[in-house]
Amino acid sequence: MSTAPAATREPYRLPPVSPARRSAKRKAAWRRRLTVLAFMSPWIVGFSVFFGYPLIDNAYLSFTHYDLLSNPVWIGLANYKYLFGGDSEVWPAVSNTLWFLGIAVPLQVLFAFGIAVMVSRARAGAGIFRTIFYLPTLAPTVAATLGFVFLFNPGTGPVNTLLSKIGITGPLWFQSPHWAKPSLTLLSLWGIGNAMVIFLAAILDVPKHLHEAAELDGAGALRRLWYVTLPTISPVILFSIVIAVIAGLQYFDQAYVASTVAPPGAAGGAGDSSVTLGYPDGSTLFYPLLLYQQGFSYFNMGYAAALSMLLLVVSLAVTLLVLRNANRWVHAQGEGR
Amino acid sequence: MATAVQVRTPVARRTVPRAVRRKRLLVAIAEHSVLIVLAIMFIAPFVFIVLTGLMTNAQSLTSNLWPQPFDFHNILEVFKEAPMLRYAWNTFLYASLATLGLVLSSVPVAYALACLRWKGRNLVFIGVLVSMMLPPQVTVIPVYVMFAHLHLVGTIWPLVIPNWFGDAFSIFLLRQFFLTIPPEYADAARVDGCGEFRIMVSVVVRLAKPAIAAVALFSFLLCWNDFWGPLLYTLDNPAHWTLSVGLAQFRNLYTVNWNLVMAGTVVFMAPVIVLFFFAQKAFVEGITLTGVKG
Repeated sequence: MSTAPAATREPYRLPPVSPARRSAKRKAAWRRRLTVLAFMSPWIVGFSVFFGYPLIDNAYLSFTHYDLLSNPVWIGLANYKYLFGGDSEVWPAVSNTLWFLGIAVPLQVLFAFGIAVMVSRARAGAGIFRTIFYLPTLAPTVAATLGFVFLFNPGTGPVNTLLSKIGITGPLWFQSPHWAKPSLTLLSLWGIGNAMVIFLAAILDVPKHLHEAAELDGAGALRRLWYVTLPTISPVILFSIVIAVIAGLQYFDQAYVASTVAPPGAAGGAGDSSVTLGYPDGSTLFYPLLLYQQGFSYFNMGYAAALSMLLLVVSLAVTLLVLRNANRWVHAQGEGR
Repeated sequence: MATAVQVRTPVARRTVPRAVRRKRLLVAIAEHSVLIVLAIMFIAPFVFIVLTGLMTNAQSLTSNLWPQPFDFHNILEVFKEAPMLRYAWNTFLYASLATLGLVLSSVPVAYALACLRWKGRNLVFIGVLVSMMLPPQVTVIPVYVMFAHLHLVGTIWPLVIPNWFGDAFSIFLLRQFFLTIPPEYADAARVDGCGEFRIMVSVVVRLAKPAIAAVALFSFLLCWNDFWGPLLYTLDNPAHWTLSVGLAQFRNLYTVNWNLVMAGTVVFMAPVIVLFFFAQKAFVEGITLTGVKG
């Protein structure tokens, strides 16, 4: 960018760079820096106040006993000792979340992909199908969960009513420790609209000539799907898996609402601390629910901070894993422009 | 369109053997049937929710599926049983204030990340990505403590204020879109002596209207549907409940009748679905924006 070498070569500009010009340049550079700072200022404030500082404070609080009313008391590693040794709720919560990540998340991605492939091949009504499969995503999570708890309620719910008509005795769904998580999985499969739309757009974006070339070579629809579509849209699939894993790590709303609403003749409001999160039998006590319960029902802020440190470590590992491969899915444009 | 097809037909085409054609037809029929069955399953919950919402009290205790008679009264009953209008107003206030702040604060940041060149830009972008991907539970306790010290717990302000300082996901989306705008536009304006702020407002923002609309739409919906935030901050103060929190209490506090709960659910879902049909294009474009390389 600098014009200095060019200036020395040209005879009529022999005096190199005048002090006035240099200071003008410096001023311009400062101005540019200030402009960037001004544009970035909302993020700088937001990032430090609502992200950077809380992360540090959280690390500190995790070594204290803190109930929000009195000042935090330093208790060393006691919270972590309890977390990894004493608390009998941690392992079930972790394994519930792992269950969700290992079973519900892959199902979501597969289901969304399958529907997207079928919609992309539909000869008629692709737009209508897309709308129908997307619509449930819009339903507010609380409303959708209430709806599903009703649909699957064992007494008068339509699902078991319909099942009994074809001679099947339906399970207790949200009221059964074995079926509560599968019921939530069904609920999450109902809401795969976003992933489906993303897959659909990616599938329709696959260059036609690739398909035509494969077809000339005698590849059928399935082999084209496997050898053409899949490799071409793999960044999008990776992206969707990442999104689903992140959502799975923070899975809270549906499990919370279901466990407060599903018990037969549910008494007590959702805010009532007597409500047992994770109903039935802790089978829906996912890790974020445990964190919420400790932090905001029992006000064990210090211990909840320790719980969230563990979540931080895990999600940071996932995030870094993703960011290392970021150029595969993020349009990370650097010096190129 | 039609002419384009006609132009192509004279080109010699491979004739497809009849057996292959029949097989293709059968596959197409099979696929469409699966699609239709799945579509019915996706619609069914809505149908049952609405139908139950229109049942009488007595009937909602039975396992009948069809309301006899239709009781449209329930919708009104919901507003009488719970301060739904109050909840709706709170939700609307939260969603619109948060969205306004989010757009106003995220656009300049995305502009600086996409259209200005400066040292450390990529590093900052990675910071944005990290804060976007970490679950909110990671920072929730100190943030809650902070708002508790400010005596803002029990109001919707803790939900609104952070949005006025840039939202990572929106910054990410807007940056991706701004990068697709040819830099020549901005450069031309710069040569003409236009300041960066004016370039952003009158060049980039104008070209990025669809993306900004999508971001605003998503933000509004996310807030409208949000449960985690309002649960955390407004639970102790029913005057500030949003629809999410209000509805979650509905079954417990007011009634054991599924018909009223479902009527409430319908009232909560309806605005969003109406909005979708008005702004379907913005939705689909917006979602696609998130998934496809910018």
